[in-house]
Amino acid sequence: MSTALLEPRVQAPRNYLNAEYGWKSWLFTLDHKRIALLYMVSITVFFLIGASFAALMRIQLLSPQGELVQPETYNKLFTLHGIVMIFFFLIPSIPAVLGNFLVPLMVGARDLAFPKLNLLSWYIYVVGGLFTLFAAIAGGVDTGWTFYTPYSSTYSNTQVTAVAVGVFITGFSSILTGLNFIVTIHKMRAPGLTWFRMPLFLWAMYATSLIMILGTPVLAITIFLLAIEHLFHVGIFSPALGGDPLLFQHLFWFYSHPAVYIMILPSMGVVSEIIACFSRKRIFGYRVVAFSSVAIAVLGFLVWGHHMFVTGQSVYAGLVFSLLSFLVAIPSAIKVFNWTSTLYKGSISYDAPMLYALGFIGLFTMGGLTGLFLASLATDVHLNGTYFIVAHFHYIMVGGAVMGYLGGMHFWWPKISGRLYPNGWAAFAAVIIFIGFNLTFFPQFVLGYLGMPRRYAFYPAEFQVLNVMSTAGASVLGVGYLIPLIYFIWSMRYGPVAPKNPWGATGLEWQTASPPTTENFAEIPVVTQEAYAYSEAEQEVNLG
Amino acid sequence: MTFLALFLFQSLPLQPEQASTIAQSVDHLYYFITLVTLFFTCLIFFLIFYFMIKYRRRSPGERPKAIEGSLPLEIMWTAIPTLIVAIIFIWSGRLYFQNSVAPPGSMEIVVTGKQWMWKVEHPEGQREINELHVPLGRPVKLTMTSEDVIHDFYVPAFRVKKDVLPGRYTSLWFEPTKTGTFHLFCAQYCGAFHAGMIGSVVVMEPRAYERWLAGGVHGESPEAAGERVFKESGCSTCHLADGSGPGPSLNGLYGHSVKLSSGQTITADDAYIHESIVLPAAKIVEHYQPIMPSFQGQLTEEQILNLIAYVRSLGSVTGKQ
Repeated sequence: MSTALLEPRVQAPRNYLNAEYGWKSWLFTLDHKRIALLYMVSITVFFLIGASFAALMRIQLLSPQGELVQPETYNKLFTLHGIVMIFFFLIPSIPAVLGNFLVPLMVGARDLAFPKLNLLSWYIYVVGGLFTLFAAIAGGVDTGWTFYTPYSSTYSNTQVTAVAVGVFITGFSSILTGLNFIVTIHKMRAPGLTWFRMPLFLWAMYATSLIMILGTPVLAITIFLLAIEHLFHVGIFSPALGGDPLLFQHLFWFYSHPAVYIMILPSMGVVSEIIACFSRKRIFGYRVVAFSSVAIAVLGFLVWGHHMFVTGQSVYAGLVFSLLSFLVAIPSAIKVFNWTSTLYKGSISYDAPMLYALGFIGLFTMGGLTGLFLASLATDVHLNGTYFIVAHFHYIMVGGAVMGYLGGMHFWWPKISGRLYPNGWAAFAAVIIFIGFNLTFFPQFVLGYLGMPRRYAFYPAEFQVLNVMSTAGASVLGVGYLIPLIYFIWSMRYGPVAPKNPWGATGLEWQTASPPTTENFAEIPVVTQEAYAYSEAEQEVNLG
Repeated sequence: MTFLALFLFQSLPLQPEQASTIAQSVDHLYYFITLVTLFFTCLIFFLIFYFMIKYRRRSPGERPKAIEGSLPLEIMWTAIPTLIVAIIFIWSGRLYFQNSVAPPGSMEIVVTGKQWMWKVEHPEGQREINELHVPLGRPVKLTMTSEDVIHDFYVPAFRVKKDVLPGRYTSLWFEPTKTGTFHLFCAQYCGAFHAGMIGSVVVMEPRAYERWLAGGVHGESPEAAGERVFKESGCSTCHLADGSGPGPSLNGLYGHSVKLSSGQTITADDAYIHESIVLPAAKIVEHYQPIMPSFQGQLTEEQILNLIAYVRSLGSVTGKQ
């Protein structure tokens, strides 16, 4: 006891967080880990903004005549909810926060290939975000996040151009991030880290980056054309000016369907890491899971027409897009079966990240299977444009992508912050989020099948019971999301100091200090075995 | 308990009405996909919970044996989903293909969508707004176009939906199997009052339909007929009673003075109301936009007179102007 008292207070060891202080050390940093934190704070702000739009929408729908705001305002709410959540939260979420933080650590490098481009991508993101927020304050936009023409180009008199410019700018940040990841994964892997020794998170990041650099330019071109039509009345999309009324939808979905995979593939990568760690098993069928990520990325570019089955496109085009959409379901199914089989004969612990990952599998399964109703032509005719669609894509993008993001945050938080959060609260929040999510969105499947169209500011009275159920669920979900925000912030100051490898996980990121030093590794590691070497015989790393 | 269940069942139907010849076949496919969804969801949930309990960590140092994977299993769970989606694809593709062509001899009706109303023209020249009267047991083919943005003609009870595009004709067909009134929704977001772009499809016995075609409903007072026209023609979508719509409230209007955007003040009399229906842009009420479409040629003089009678009856109602 006396020795403990006599020992001089040691300074916390040097790490990337305490290496430098002051706002300049953050805003001009080239450290991929600090840039990840800049992104983390920014996307959290956008998430809270997007979520408050959703809360207002759910209150509005409590009564058939619309409880809260005028229809014009409601239309702006759902539009901004979609734009903020998709372009400023979901798309950057895992790649820009966890990807930025982990890609160099996982490949055993000191930083990404282009640290300055990485910082630039954050600045571009912020400028695009501020532009969009400015437009939201200066009148808002009411076109829906899909910007369908000719409504957006000639009829809406809201801030379409400003918002389009915001989204256009932000797209370049995605492109730069994708480029950085691809080059880093190709050129900077540590000695011995062959492609098939890479963690599946890296495979997922690689597939996501491919979509980002191939898809995002199409979005940029589309928005550019939209702005030209809006500003100079050149007939591109509007038939009144001689344009084609459906051309915009083809171009828009050519990016925006793959964008769904930008949102879900990273979560699949996160879940693979977590499932392996907390069942202490290598991922069942590693290569199959890796290749299915790439298959999803490629097939994802060929299915955009399934958003247009009722637009009057050719029946034969409908058949082709339906077939391709069914095909893209198969790699997703294969992944689910492989994750589930990983649990078989494992050593499963119920820590918070694992609960999020298992929640992901459950909700993603439901979201994926309900996609069959929409890939199927005859049923899509009835369900397209109804609440069934709303429920389906929220199961994928909130049940899937957000659960994955939260799972990843809980898994790597000790590495990011150097602190532990209260596991009991985290497990409690995971359960609340799972329950609240289902209460919110399951009733919407029924609403959609009954025929309630989406984007209605008021609605026939017979739909009220299900809408009230959905709003009640949303309040549970909202509470669920606030709990992690509170204990993460709490843990930064009061949480117990995290060891190097609190979960006993494999992976290079766990072999360096928590939090890592600015240069990540004192010496570049050499990889001698496959990812997920959890079993006794393969045990080389010191766990714990 | 039983009472509660009964109440829930009655207030919470799980299926929309089936009122067309294709509704049942679409629902059969829907049930099949629901079964597939339920089966796989239950399977995955069961396996997760079962493994979570059976293989829970019993000691901190536990190290399970590594399992590489299994080629036969991978082939199995690639082949089975492929087979199932192939069945759904062929089933749904056939249905879609069959439903895409209207049977010969269909009755042809023209539908025009515009912000925020449906205009219908029957082959006999009968016109209606936000209502579509059709006879029972006869296929009806709609040819549709839009005057402005993209709309979407959706009748849930018939399981039909098709976008209505500007500068293009699209079509859909249905054959009603039940008399009654069914929702008609716009299912493609089209601007401020998208949610108000709803109407109804009224399916009538063929003889009742003939009578309807031959003339209006008889035995109504001018005010009541005017109120009906007010709703059927879509006036009520914008002219909300509390003044919150894009058009001014008509409560307490008749016989009172109205301030116009030109600065002029006039008295709301018969002539003013008539002019506002057929030439709405002529006099714009202060603080409102010139967005009302003309109803010239859409309403008969008799209907306009009925409307004026209805507005007159609202003259004594106090309310926001």
